[in-house]
Amino acid sequence: MYLTLILLPLYGSITASVFGFLLGSIGASFITTFSIGLTFMFSTFAFYEVCLSGCPCFIQLFSWFDSELFSFSWGFQFDSLTSIMLIVVSFISFLVHFYSIEYMSHDPHLPRFMSYLSLFTFFMLILVTADNFIQMFVGWEGVGLCSYLLINFWFTRVQANKAAIKAMIINRIGDFGLALGIFCIFVTFGALDYSTVFALVPYYQNTSIVFLNTSWSVLDLIGILLFIGAMGKSAQLGLHTWLPDAMEGPTPVSALIHAATMVTAGVFLISRCSHLFEYAPKALSVVCIIGAMTAFFAASTGLLQNDMKRVIAYSTCSQLGYMIFACGLSNYHVGVFHLANHAFFKALLFLGAGCIIHAVGDEQDMRKMGGLYKLLPFTYGMMLIGSLSLMGMPFLTGFYSKDVILEVAFGKYSDFGHFAYFFGSSAAFLTAFYSVRLLFLTFLSKPNGYRVNTLNAYESSFKMILPLFVLALPSIFIGYLTKDMIIGLGSNFWQGSIYILPTNFNIIDSEYIPLFFKLLPVGLSILGGLSSFYFYTYKSVFFFKLKTSSVGLKFYTFFNRKWFFDKIYNEIVGQFLLNSSYHLTYKQIDRGLIESLGPYGLTSIVSYLGFVLRILQTGFFYHYTLAMVISLIIFLSFFRLVYLLNTYNLIHILDLRLGALFLLTLFFLIHSQNQKKIK
Amino acid sequence: MENYLILSTLLFFIGLFGIVLNRKNILIVLMSIELMLLGLNLNFVIFSIILDDIIGQIFALMVLCVAAAESAIGLAILVIYYRSKGNILIEQSHLMRG
Repeated sequence: MYLTLILLPLYGSITASVFGFLLGSIGASFITTFSIGLTFMFSTFAFYEVCLSGCPCFIQLFSWFDSELFSFSWGFQFDSLTSIMLIVVSFISFLVHFYSIEYMSHDPHLPRFMSYLSLFTFFMLILVTADNFIQMFVGWEGVGLCSYLLINFWFTRVQANKAAIKAMIINRIGDFGLALGIFCIFVTFGALDYSTVFALVPYYQNTSIVFLNTSWSVLDLIGILLFIGAMGKSAQLGLHTWLPDAMEGPTPVSALIHAATMVTAGVFLISRCSHLFEYAPKALSVVCIIGAMTAFFAASTGLLQNDMKRVIAYSTCSQLGYMIFACGLSNYHVGVFHLANHAFFKALLFLGAGCIIHAVGDEQDMRKMGGLYKLLPFTYGMMLIGSLSLMGMPFLTGFYSKDVILEVAFGKYSDFGHFAYFFGSSAAFLTAFYSVRLLFLTFLSKPNGYRVNTLNAYESSFKMILPLFVLALPSIFIGYLTKDMIIGLGSNFWQGSIYILPTNFNIIDSEYIPLFFKLLPVGLSILGGLSSFYFYTYKSVFFFKLKTSSVGLKFYTFFNRKWFFDKIYNEIVGQFLLNSSYHLTYKQIDRGLIESLGPYGLTSIVSYLGFVLRILQTGFFYHYTLAMVISLIIFLSFFRLVYLLNTYNLIHILDLRLGALFLLTLFFLIHSQNQKKIK
Repeated sequence: MENYLILSTLLFFIGLFGIVLNRKNILIVLMSIELMLLGLNLNFVIFSIILDDIIGQIFALMVLCVAAAESAIGLAILVIYYRSKGNILIEQSHLMRG
């Protein structure tokens, strides 16, 4: 059952891609959706068996590498962390498959789309079920590849191509860090399977390693390198720029990859390596600070985006920041709890956005929507549930995880904890503000769209709103239902798959933080939501004036342009790299140095010397005689010179290396002369 | 004895410079070659006296023969050259330049 669960999506993917032309759209959709449905069913069984009955499962398949001390096989590990990821991934994936059948029904490449979706799910399952770092890396790269394929699904669009390449490359920067981290792990521990590595971690606390000519504590170094990998995948500050651009793909793709699955891989990685991170306090502080900054940055950017999907994308980025800093504060289980909850309501929001976009003729700009709550009442309700859950309104799913994250942040009683708490709380305010802004601009404001769009707006068919309804239920209830099980005190749910050092364990402390700081995040969320509603309903003129004032315009541009991150990256980093790769490495080294020393320089020096020797032969024999006389004199005096140099101990002047150097200078001399000639 | 040696060397180098510096006349070249051979001959003879060895003089006689033959052939070439060119100026004979 466990292996079937992993291989079913692969089966669906291969069938849909290879036999897609035979099966047609309906057949391919049916097979892939059915496979994922089975996967989901098996995942629930696995969840029951592993988490609830407490029977972790380890499966070793055939050997992969077998080389002296380094040998390991394809292994699958089903513990609580894996099972909870499995159930989230397969559930969201199943609903997205189901939703895509209708959403993409008019697309001629539906089998290919379904195949990519299933392949993506397969790689995600490989990622979460792996029992060693290399197999995890297979899944890690696989989801990167599938994100490329899916973002680039409409490959005729230039923007989609660019976004896909960007996603791939920025992910690859993170992957580079992850690969280095894995190398470090292998160098340090001599093994790559989780059980060995995590068992050995405490013995390496005081070991140091030299990296980049600096001595590092080896666990800190590994932690930071793994976190760089997580930064790329989970779109943390610095490597986040690909996530909003990835909205170029179809909406179900955004729901699957950029809400529930791929971006959570980073959080999963950190939680999986909790045994390692616990002994790496510096790495933890880096994780915490970057996570908190991401949460705030993304929330402030999402505030003034006008593209509906980008708003949701930035809220994803912001929520990932929450998860990451929860992990950075050693509350991995809280991070994973938020991950699971977030997957439900974020998928709901994305799929709801898909319904809206579908309804208004593929218009994504929120300024051209408005007044849709009467036309799309069901979608409005679902989006409302999703948004309220995202805002962390009391008694909805988001509340249970988000508030715990902020409480444990304050309950850490450390500088990092307070930093994360205040950044997280202000991000909560901003989150509520832009969520209500999204709802307002889309549904509640006066209709601003084109008349034809508004006239033709219709509620999507049953196949599309059923997943919304199914997702709305966990968005409301799952947090309440599973809170005690997953993050409850003394819960035996994790069974050691997440390890927290007793000195770092602070979920009890966080129960006893001052009441004010407990209420502050919720208060800020409610205040954010209400103020947004109030300002957009009654004070829109004030907003307009604020926006068009000179200072306000600058702020607006700053936030709307994503803090100019893209501009800085493109114009400083990107342009610099492009220029240097053209001018320095291509023109100076490849076509310059190597060519002038290699084929081009060699031919030119030979032909030049030939030319010189040729014009020596004038045809006048008195010149020949002179040359003979001179050569004779040189020949005769050479022996005398050697004799003299020997006498005065200067023989090393006649070094062969000097001759080589002379020859080398000749190269450049002749090359520059040729350059002049060309000019 | 050194003076003789200096004389012979001088004769040789005068011949050599006659070849190198002469830019006009092939005849002078031939004469210069004769002069060089004469300097050489003198050198052979002088060393044969110094070392008291007859081989030097035998060589001198041999060189005389060779010089005679060489000048005969050289003059023959000159005559043929004149016949085809109409002059004996070497300035114009650089057709075989590289």
